[in-house]
Amino acid sequence: MELKDFSIKEIHQGLVNREFSAKDLAEAYLEKIKKEDKKFQTFLTVSEDSAINQAKGIDKIISQGKEIPILAGVPLAVKDNILVENIRCTAGSKILENYIAPYDATVIKKIKAKGAVILGKTNMDEFAMGSSTENSGFYPTRNPCDLTRVAGGSSGGSAAAASANLCCYALGSDTGGSIRLPASFCGVVGLKPTYGAVSRYGLISMASSLDQIGPLTKSVGDCEIVFNAIKGRDEMDSTSLEIPKIGNWKLEIKKLCIGVPKEYFIKGMDAETERAVKGAIKKIEGLGAKIKEISLPHTKYSLAAYYLVMPSEASANLARYDAIRYGRIKNKKLKIKNLLDYYLIAREEGFGPEVRRRIMLGTYALSAGFYEAYYLRAQKVRTKILEDFKGAFEAVDIILTPTSPAPAFKIGEKISNPLTMYLSDIFTVSVNLAGLPALSLPCGKAQGLPVGLQIIGKVFEENKILEAGKVFEKLCPII
Amino acid sequence: MINRKEVQRVAKLARIGITQKEEEKFSRELSLILDYVEKLKEVDISKTPPTSHSVGIKNITREDSKSEKLKTELPFMKAKVEKKTKPSLTIKNEKLLKLAPETKNGYLKVKSIL
Repeated sequence: MELKDFSIKEIHQGLVNREFSAKDLAEAYLEKIKKEDKKFQTFLTVSEDSAINQAKGIDKIISQGKEIPILAGVPLAVKDNILVENIRCTAGSKILENYIAPYDATVIKKIKAKGAVILGKTNMDEFAMGSSTENSGFYPTRNPCDLTRVAGGSSGGSAAAASANLCCYALGSDTGGSIRLPASFCGVVGLKPTYGAVSRYGLISMASSLDQIGPLTKSVGDCEIVFNAIKGRDEMDSTSLEIPKIGNWKLEIKKLCIGVPKEYFIKGMDAETERAVKGAIKKIEGLGAKIKEISLPHTKYSLAAYYLVMPSEASANLARYDAIRYGRIKNKKLKIKNLLDYYLIAREEGFGPEVRRRIMLGTYALSAGFYEAYYLRAQKVRTKILEDFKGAFEAVDIILTPTSPAPAFKIGEKISNPLTMYLSDIFTVSVNLAGLPALSLPCGKAQGLPVGLQIIGKVFEENKILEAGKVFEKLCPII
Repeated sequence: MINRKEVQRVAKLARIGITQKEEEKFSRELSLILDYVEKLKEVDISKTPPTSHSVGIKNITREDSKSEKLKTELPFMKAKVEKKTKPSLTIKNEKLLKLAPETKNGYLKVKSIL
């Protein structure tokens, strides 16, 4: 069959009207992956057999004339830090190179129950630590819009796979921008849900107070469908919550009050990116929405607070990788006298440089004598950042910003200086610290590359940013 | 600033082996990051409580009892899916042990501690 750039609804219609079978569709995507993924390097594992089996199951149900859920038979790709039972799960790390997931993450359980077809697991920065997918322990992912550039990170494989139409949609995770940044770099839509809106059970933890799973899709409509399928409270994640029902809210663009924080248009940002985002905001104003300049005064401290909170939590979470319960030491010739030697070697061998850097930074920030000066101070500044947003949302419904200060950079350009790489996340980390939902959608081009517009909402008001996103994407057609 | 000696100390605390050459590199890189986060000192936090969790829920508990599994059928599919009333550990021991590099009699095997 001919594989078009299908939306979820188009696939659903095609299956229901029997224009194609789920098996044909899955095979078409698998064929495309086989042919084209050498160029992009978006997949770490392709789960061909199970995908075909899942698709056959859906075809059987359709042939019996039964109704199917909207996600049934729709092929997706899953970031390789989300467990899919009996499929390898590496989190982009050599230390988990041979790890076979013993159970399904809650999000996977949920979409499997709706008949999802999982094509495989996507490339990522090791343990989701990075902004370019160059920190993958295996290979970097290339941006389908320009193969010499990065796909963004850490969900770079998922964003690039959706962008190159190697899947209909993908799942990713976002700790400091890891869904939104690659979505903006690759020209797709990405949602970081409210902290707690989606269960983290079965997500390989990086920084537990910041991590959230979310969709990467080709349209806001698709994003909404996937989000609705994966959200909700889960007994297995005590930080997950049921989204409170928000009456009968309907978007009336003329009544919408949009905040644009001045701190998100900074010196040194790419001029074409600024022009694209401001142009999009002008168009939205043209529809009758009220645009208001606001201030989030602690924005300039977000990245510093983030780079203490995140490594601190990560250093604790990654203590479990000891190569005793899973993983193994490869170099058998080394002399290992005792358990301490074993740990040191296993973790030196298994972790890449960025992971070791962050674990050491976190360990330092939490160590005796430094805890108050670093970790506690960062947590207090985090409160200030939260209060900034709380104040702003008293006057506005949603907030618009650029997702990134510049479009996708060249592969290798930022890898040698960790701080330069960290600065790519400058517009996305505040949202994680404050636990807010945020959507990135394409809004134009800079240097011929996609630019992302970030829509930030109040806690649990995904519905508002998604409704607004659907209107805005019509103004800025996907390139 | 974080010197080589401190890098050694932190690496050992974190149970990460590093080479001598890397000590220099990590000392430089970690210092760069620690210099950058110095700017947090500009913020007046004297009366600010810390935030460890953005949504502010705490102490979620459940009854400590045996979990039960309910088998239900999906409306659209005759496949059996477990619907849990309470969290349960359904992963089999053998499945987990198979992931370990060394086991003996159903236990994980480790090097001697001393």
